[in-house]
Amino acid sequence: MANRFFVSPSPHIHTEQTTQKIMADVIIALLPALCVSIAVYGWGVLVLTAVSIASCVLFEFLIQKYLLRGECTIGNLSAVVTGLLLAFNLPYGLPWWIVVIGAFVAIAVGKMTFGGLGKNPFNPALVGRVFLLIAYPAQMTTFPAPRIEGFVDAYSGATPLAAAKAGLVDYGSYDMLGMFNGAMAGSVGEIATLALLLGFVYLLWNKVITWHIPVAVLGSMAVFAFVVALFMGGDASLLYEFPLFHLLAGGAVLGAVYMATDYSTSPMNHRAMLIYGVGIGVLTMCIRLWGAYPEGMSFAILIMNSVVPLLNKYVKPKRFGLK
Amino acid sequence: MKTFPIGGIHPSDNKQWSKASAIEAMPLPDTVTIPLAQHIGAPAVAKVAKGDKVLTGQLIAEAASFMSANIHSPISGTVTAVDLVPNAQGLRQMMITIKREGDEWAEGIDRSDELVKECNLEASEILARIKNAGIVGMGGATFPTHVKLSIPAGKKAEFLIINGVECEPYLTSDYRTMLEYGERLIVGVRILMKAIDVKKAFIGVENNKPDAVAHLRELAAGVEGVEVVPLKVRYPQGGEKQLIAALTGRQVPPPPALPIDVGAVVCNASTTVAVYDAVQKNKPLIERVVTVTGKHVAQPKNLLARMGTPISALVSMAGGLPEGDVKVLNGGPMMGRAMVNLDSPVTKGCSGITILDGREAQRSAATVCIKCAKCVEACPMGLEPFFLSKMSKRKSWDVVEANRVTDCIECGSCQYTCPASMPLLDFIRTGKQTVMGIIRARAAAKK
Amino acid sequence: MSILLFTVLTLCVLGVLSAVVLYFVAQKFKVEEDPRIDEVEKMLPGANCGGCGFAGCRAMAEALVKRDDISELFCPVGGGDTMKAIATYLGKAAPEKEPRVATVRCGGTCEKRPRTNTFDGARSCAVASSLYVGETACAYGCLGYGDCVTACAFDAIHINPETGLAEVDAEKCTACGACVKACPKGLIELRKKWPKGRAIYVSCMSRDKGAVVMKACKAGCIGCGKCEKVCEFGAIKVENNLAFIDSDKCRLCRKCVNECPTGAIKIIGLAPLPKAPKAAPAAAAAPAAKTETAAPKAGPAAVKAAAETAPKVEPVENKKEK
Repeated sequence: MANRFFVSPSPHIHTEQTTQKIMADVIIALLPALCVSIAVYGWGVLVLTAVSIASCVLFEFLIQKYLLRGECTIGNLSAVVTGLLLAFNLPYGLPWWIVVIGAFVAIAVGKMTFGGLGKNPFNPALVGRVFLLIAYPAQMTTFPAPRIEGFVDAYSGATPLAAAKAGLVDYGSYDMLGMFNGAMAGSVGEIATLALLLGFVYLLWNKVITWHIPVAVLGSMAVFAFVVALFMGGDASLLYEFPLFHLLAGGAVLGAVYMATDYSTSPMNHRAMLIYGVGIGVLTMCIRLWGAYPEGMSFAILIMNSVVPLLNKYVKPKRFGLK
Repeated sequence: MKTFPIGGIHPSDNKQWSKASAIEAMPLPDTVTIPLAQHIGAPAVAKVAKGDKVLTGQLIAEAASFMSANIHSPISGTVTAVDLVPNAQGLRQMMITIKREGDEWAEGIDRSDELVKECNLEASEILARIKNAGIVGMGGATFPTHVKLSIPAGKKAEFLIINGVECEPYLTSDYRTMLEYGERLIVGVRILMKAIDVKKAFIGVENNKPDAVAHLRELAAGVEGVEVVPLKVRYPQGGEKQLIAALTGRQVPPPPALPIDVGAVVCNASTTVAVYDAVQKNKPLIERVVTVTGKHVAQPKNLLARMGTPISALVSMAGGLPEGDVKVLNGGPMMGRAMVNLDSPVTKGCSGITILDGREAQRSAATVCIKCAKCVEACPMGLEPFFLSKMSKRKSWDVVEANRVTDCIECGSCQYTCPASMPLLDFIRTGKQTVMGIIRARAAAKK
Repeated sequence: MSILLFTVLTLCVLGVLSAVVLYFVAQKFKVEEDPRIDEVEKMLPGANCGGCGFAGCRAMAEALVKRDDISELFCPVGGGDTMKAIATYLGKAAPEKEPRVATVRCGGTCEKRPRTNTFDGARSCAVASSLYVGETACAYGCLGYGDCVTACAFDAIHINPETGLAEVDAEKCTACGACVKACPKGLIELRKKWPKGRAIYVSCMSRDKGAVVMKACKAGCIGCGKCEKVCEFGAIKVENNLAFIDSDKCRLCRKCVNECPTGAIKIIGLAPLPKAPKAAPAAAAAPAAKTETAAPKAGPAAVKAAAETAPKVEPVENKKEK
């Protein structure tokens, strides 16, 4: 049998990792948090998530096929990830049509306008989320109380951060362990810090993301909160309780691990990633402490997204041979 | 365990196929074709013409300048042509064709197996012998060894580094050489140390070859200043700059700086054995170990072949090509060059023939860049491959140059690691070539 | 009401203040420039193709205005008329140049030049040519990955999927030379543009010896020199096993076409001369096939002439035109 000869420049071998596998890994990493959310809020969470994912995929398919007229791209699963992340950022009980609108804004405005995967400057899921937050403020800030037994029901309907904003939180007696395990009011995906951290470990293990951005975001938030706590007076225990509260509340981990690390909207080298992460952390804390919104992660990430091209241009990776 | 500081990847090494087969001598070829350009620098000048009789080991082409290398006849016989012949890439190149008649060796070559340990030659005599023997870097770069060993005035070599890393997947020729020719290697190391006047030599070996490390350590036990250093398995550790950084912690500054600027001289393990042969046995570089391997090659082998032997002969020794789609590489899968002409000869820089087949013969289709930054992370030189590739594609040569494309060592880590399978290095390489051309033109215009 | 008034007034004052600041800044940083540069730039086609050798039309306009002698400068896109208009405007002597057209000098179609391997790298001629010989055994031929197509700003050059070769649309081609620079094999030449798209050229760039060429491609120039001997105008030279027809000396007499044993001399927009009966059937087939694909714009006159002089030679084209 005659051989068919192939010729190409080197290299001739390739890693097993593909865009599709990376996206699948992100989805797998998000599953534990989804499970916790289902346990906390009920099966409705699954419906909300399904609506979000389905509409994201559908919008991407339609736009790609009829507007951009390019190859079908839904196979790379990026729309699924966007849908999943969007759902994670929405309160349980949101009417389905608002979810669809959010998905539309996320995919059509946040992603496909710029040419699709890899070209969008802003995190699509957050674009959708922030749009809904501004367009439907009432629905977007109504959080049903978790149905877990033993949950301190005092703040039902208000997220810990909203409660803190209203001056209702006593940091010393707050149920931090509950927050860590998912027993608090909040968006579908942000409540289960432990589950989200499990996913983080999975992503690190599979080399989907590096530690730089999440650690920079969370670290700078903690340091910032610590400094603020120094000036707040009060117990010495506040020095760790206050930073811990801020790390656990308001989707800090969700934002730092899953939203800020979105490939196309984060910088391209480790140095720039650290700057970007610190920027997000500091901005988040500023918004939380002195801004109008109780939580500031979404806004901080979107603001830093806009700085990314500048970071890419001026912050270069460490060059071999130069000290 | 030591390794280099930035970037790098970890492809599966696939050395298991040919690792265990001992070096086997190829039967003498009936005809050989010897390219005049088997090294970096000016092609050698043919000293023979059609009809001339030559002996094994006789000089048939002479170095054209300092940056060039001698070439010797690998067999004895009659020169049948000095003409353009297609090389492995199908491009026509000047080659000397010799038809074999028996196996008569030129005078003065010691063909015995006896190990000659003592070397009482002066440094300059050693250099002259290496130059006469036409030795070039046998790891693939084919840089003339005598040029490397001639330390420029005002600079001082501090250590000799022997490159036994063989970080290319599949290839095992250096590995087998270290195991089987270890005694000669160690003598070669001592000769090289004398030639460049250094007291310290490191032999860097990746830790996936523990037996080679142990074997060399045993042999080097009584030799002063020679240290065998196991290195963490990571590609491209065998890159000259990466290896120096891994072993000494010193980073060679960007071009035009050379390893000697940080006091290092690097020499490949097989080259070191060739140095032994040249200096102690007066034997020119006329044969080398070539790995013929691949997942579906019937009998992967490490063959000791005379230069100029057709590659097809080596492939049939290993059981022939697998059926269906194939990609035959001169070298390993990361930096080797794909071949179209299997009748092309074994040359001084040919460390292995890797045969990829089936699905592996083809690249997967490229999709869009998702800006995952994995290429930036993998680049051992701290470059931004995605950006260089994009700008090279757009022919923005000034941007490509400003982003230091000339640092690129073309290791292919970026393209290997790209989840979108983008042909990053294809474009960076053309960008680098163009920018080098622009720089040369600029320098020429200044003069 | 007073609030409204206050707001309006404040905004007005702010506006005026900003205007004053802007005015002074503009004065301070003003760059003196010859206003004629703008005018000349408007007269240029604005394609920014770089065919003139400058970075773009603006740079060309600057050079045109600043240099006293502009006979060296020429805009291949705008052509003689544009240059004349600009020269009149500037009061300088206009450069004269004959119209030219890009010509791809390779006739190695898929069927004439068998593929020996499959290229699997980035689809770029520059990448492939720096790697190896190409998908065929000819090291000089068209690779067909379309670096010229990318370089062309006028959509005038395309890869024909049937032949695998680049083809120039003579009507759209402005002879800017972008494709000439883009082709790593140096296959594209700017040749004299005859009316009605007529052309005769050697569609081969192989400098290999005849035997090597024949092995790699059935349509290559083997450097036999027959065309050189038959040319009455001294337009053909064979050097390094390759014939070259100087388009400035060629008179389209077509004698060389019939002499060529491999059909490497391509004729477009014209019928070949009638042949000696013995050689006709075999040799005629090749040029006929070529004219069919490459000369859709052959004028009706040419077709008519073809029908009259050599009806058997171009049956395909006749059918097409009808």
